[in-house]
Amino acid sequence: MKATVLVRPKPGILDPQGEAVESSLRQLGFAVGDARVGRVVDLEVEASDETAARAEVERMCQQLLANPLIESYEIELR
Amino acid sequence: MSGSRPRIAVLTFPGSNDDRDALHALELLGASGVPVWHAQERLPDVAGVVLPGGFSYGDYLRCGAIARFSPAMKAVAEFAAEGGLVLGICNGLQILCEAGLLPGVLRPNESLSFLCRDVVLRVEGAATPFTSACSTGQRLTIPIKHGEGCWFADAALLAELEAKRQVVLRYERNPNGSIGDVAAVCNERGNVMGLMPHPEHAVDPLLGSTDGALILRGLVEAARAASHPLATAAARR
Repeated sequence: MKATVLVRPKPGILDPQGEAVESSLRQLGFAVGDARVGRVVDLEVEASDETAARAEVERMCQQLLANPLIESYEIELR
Repeated sequence: MSGSRPRIAVLTFPGSNDDRDALHALELLGASGVPVWHAQERLPDVAGVVLPGGFSYGDYLRCGAIARFSPAMKAVAEFAAEGGLVLGICNGLQILCEAGLLPGVLRPNESLSFLCRDVVLRVEGAATPFTSACSTGQRLTIPIKHGEGCWFADAALLAELEAKRQVVLRYERNPNGSIGDVAAVCNERGNVMGLMPHPEHAVDPLLGSTDGALILRGLVEAARAASHPLATAAARR
């Protein structure tokens, strides 16, 4: 089963990368605000069903893929 | 045992680059530096551990996030739990935070620039072994060189750390956006400390400042006291 993990800086956390991207987009003439830069992790998970796969990826997020102090995550399975 | 050199381990992860500087500084200050490769599952017989600066595992994912799972880090966590002295410098602080041995987490600098220059630090707490050669309020000039030195803790955690006096050093002028101007934190027990500035680069007058020697001497002297046979017996009781 394929899994995609989206890791985002939590609201309120300073995101200098997002700010730099936003200011570059503005310089290019785009009217944008609140740009935030996160991370995508694509995985192939060995699991018997979707529930088991989700539980497994959830554990990966808690142990390694995200730092709960500053990041939130979302798991997509297909 | 006075006059003998306390043994202090310096870990090397793939991507560490200040390990030799740390070993050199420890030797200069009267300790015997013991290099330890990160894949070692056990620490040699040492009275202290230094996690040096660098870019362990290329800083992939988050700085320190992968190094914390190195076999040697499990041994460091056990050593720390027994009250062993652990000092993390720069990447070492990042690893200790990711490992949960120190509070908070390190983020990219507010400016997104890599910073490499001397900074002035204020000693907030002289009660840790690492700052025992300093006095509270003392100013230290020690260089920083980091891209991800912006220490973060939420308001509740910061308030708790302030109340427990776990903020050890603060920047006089905040270079990186660190919350509360924090440059160094320790654990509640005070035997684990981490700092973003590099004391090992400030031990020789040739390089501008020798203030870093005050921090490292604190470690060396505490390690010397801990390696005394009577102290070892007391710690194992």
